[in-house]
Amino acid sequence: MKQKTSKKIKEFLIETVLFLSALSSVLITAGIVIILSYESFGFFKEVPIKEFLTGTQWTPLFAEPKFGILPLVTGTLLTTFIALLVSLPLGLIAAIYLSEYAPHRFREIVKPVLELLAAVPTVVYGYFALLFLTPILQKFLPDLSGFNALAPGIIMGIMIIPYVSSVSEDAMKAVPMHIREGSYAMGATKLQTAIKVLIPAAFSGIAAAFIMGISRAVGETMVVAIAAGMMPNFTANPMEPVQTLTSYIVQVSLGDVPHGTIEYKTIFAAGVVLFLMTLFFNIIGFWFRKKIREAY
Amino acid sequence: MSETTIHEKLKAEVKDLNFHYGNVHALKNINLPVAEKKITALIGPSGCGKTTLLRCFNRMHDLYPHNRYEGEVILNPENINITGKDIDPIEVRMRISMVFQKPNPFPKSIYENVAYGLRVRGVNKKSMLDEKVEASLRGAALWNEAKDRLYNSAFDLSGGQQQRLCIARALATDPEILLFDEPTSALDPISTAKIEELMLSLKKQITILIVTHNMQQAARISDYTGFMMLGELIEFDKTDKIFTAPSEKLTEDYITGRFG
Amino acid sequence: MEDIKKRIAISKLWNNAFLIVGLLSTLIGLVLLFALFIDLFIEGAPRLSYKFFASFPSRFPEQAGILSAWVGTSLVMLVTAAAAIPLGVAAGIYLEEYARKNWVTGIIEINITNLAGVPSIIYGLLALGLFVYFFKFGESILTGGLALALLILPMIIMATREAIRAIPNSIREASYALGATKWQTVKNHIIPYSMGGILTGIIIGLSRAIGETAPIITVGALTFIAFLPVSPFSAEFPFISFKWLLDPFTVMPIQMFNWVSRPQAEFHVNAAAAGIVLLIMTLVMNAVAIYIRYKFRKKIKW
Repeated sequence: MKQKTSKKIKEFLIETVLFLSALSSVLITAGIVIILSYESFGFFKEVPIKEFLTGTQWTPLFAEPKFGILPLVTGTLLTTFIALLVSLPLGLIAAIYLSEYAPHRFREIVKPVLELLAAVPTVVYGYFALLFLTPILQKFLPDLSGFNALAPGIIMGIMIIPYVSSVSEDAMKAVPMHIREGSYAMGATKLQTAIKVLIPAAFSGIAAAFIMGISRAVGETMVVAIAAGMMPNFTANPMEPVQTLTSYIVQVSLGDVPHGTIEYKTIFAAGVVLFLMTLFFNIIGFWFRKKIREAY
Repeated sequence: MSETTIHEKLKAEVKDLNFHYGNVHALKNINLPVAEKKITALIGPSGCGKTTLLRCFNRMHDLYPHNRYEGEVILNPENINITGKDIDPIEVRMRISMVFQKPNPFPKSIYENVAYGLRVRGVNKKSMLDEKVEASLRGAALWNEAKDRLYNSAFDLSGGQQQRLCIARALATDPEILLFDEPTSALDPISTAKIEELMLSLKKQITILIVTHNMQQAARISDYTGFMMLGELIEFDKTDKIFTAPSEKLTEDYITGRFG
Repeated sequence: MEDIKKRIAISKLWNNAFLIVGLLSTLIGLVLLFALFIDLFIEGAPRLSYKFFASFPSRFPEQAGILSAWVGTSLVMLVTAAAAIPLGVAAGIYLEEYARKNWVTGIIEINITNLAGVPSIIYGLLALGLFVYFFKFGESILTGGLALALLILPMIIMATREAIRAIPNSIREASYALGATKWQTVKNHIIPYSMGGILTGIIIGLSRAIGETAPIITVGALTFIAFLPVSPFSAEFPFISFKWLLDPFTVMPIQMFNWVSRPQAEFHVNAAAAGIVLLIMTLVMNAVAIYIRYKFRKKIKW
């Protein structure tokens, strides 16, 4: 009888420990929210939110500092946009190819290898963007500066292909065979079936994949920090150097900014904007993923 | 099997057809006439090859690897073998449509579902599509229920309506033969009755070949019936003959419910 | 009929064109990855020597090496693994085997999905505020390791859950039918049978952590370190020391970043050499993970 009670206590203790481990993930989110709000609260006490959100100059480290976040936001959006121009079409086409066309063996080999693209450290991609791609692009685009938004955008796009293709392919594979047969029975080719039936049928999954790709590009740091230059230009020109939210945080962290100063707090303000942007995309992505589960 | 010659104009004719899934010999020496503008039913126990035979008519087997046809499925009036290697399966499917066991509308609007086959054929003229969509939905007895919600998702329809939508989809391209693969097995009796009625009215224009698990259904609607077992066509004859005076013992055992 | 034949021909032409476009789109990334590897190798291979691994960074590119970087990476990974693996696996087990469907579990699940999408640099900011200044761990190996542990925690939790979910319920029922408690079932059946998936997740998580640069920069790792942390092993009792946990450090990707960012081309050679080492490390880890997944999938068939 006594043995039974001690067994019960042991079971209870184990369950509690496991539960606390699971709860730790919530604490991480809470930690992120608290730290970001606490540190940026100090920032917004000194910089009016309106100036922060509408100013087109970001020079917090200058003698006469300006705190307009827009250049960093446009820099982020510009590199993200270029990355998406590369990764969305290529990722979707690769997904269609792997799901509908490729022989089984080819797919089994290529899929994991393709996923290696996402495993390469981003600092290596940064090296590639700066020292390999930019010089090549400069041969065709003489106006391209040594640091620019174009090369890191393209490299980021390639890096993101597996994120887009893998989830899109899973979504297309999940479309039941009898839907495909319905299309083939009408005399459609594989391409017609893929474009007119499978893409609409797998829409939620493909959308979730795209959103994941966007969120990934917005948060990417090292490629832009290395190859885009650290210039907060308020521009939409991909030939020029730009600074993103992430690479600004890197720039400040590399220097010697004393704790508690306004300069120090700027990285948390930039962090808040970045966190909210990715949170926005994550929520949309979450919504689409929920819809996938309802589909069939 | 006893040789039965039928005195009808033939739309299609299966001649010494053998079919293999990899190493599995699924159809053995099938000979089957398909009379024009009549309903021909294929019955038999599960796994007897009736669906396999049906799917030869629009080359659905070509979608999967390691499948092999031997022999002929002749399509008239050209007298061509549609299982021949020189014939493009897409061309066959454009002339011979199919309605599946489970309703399989596309995740599109009702209108776009019906227009699908036409769009695949490169028809994009709105007036032409409108006309065809209406005609096909009328043909499938779905127009009255669907006319006010043509642009709603096809998934909003009930199961029976979805199946009639699939029939409308198949009709839109004016097929010469319509294949039905147990089209009512997933439906309730009322929807089933509607679809049977529909098939009877369709045979005025179209040749119909139907696979069914339900013997009463075959008896109710078909003009000719073939009984299959273990990949062979055991007996083929006029439907009343098969159900009243079958010449094969196996057929009799099956229709009297001794197995299957 | 002729019309339709023409139509089919056009459709088929498009279809065949897509065969080529699709193949190219699938392979372009791989081709570029290959190009990157070749380029790195050509640039960096001459620098790869014993000296490169045994030297501290230096103002003179040909004398500079990655000693402090690889030692730093190893120690940081030790901390990351020690923190993330038990926590992540335990959380995964709880969510699959113990959690009842209620709002707490719901929040935890949504939260984990969301955390997986948070950019790594945000984890750096969290670690900066929490570990460096609040807990006063300073810009140390401990801080860096914990920052990366937080980053890969969602990955390990998700991998653990997926592995456990693949175990059919009949196994659990068989164990309970023999009178086992929940924990006995988990310990004797669930964990061993899902080991392949869990290990794969852990290795992929750690390989991701090895290559991470941004959060480590944010917590203030130095880019130029010409000394090693206190050795974890000592000659006298108790033989093991934890002083290194609070030492300043650098890691491989930061070392590479530092060299890439310099204007002199000679340093770019060092960057390429460091890149080769980094790339080989991550690719080998991923290959091992793929192999383990393959091996376990073959061994256990439900």
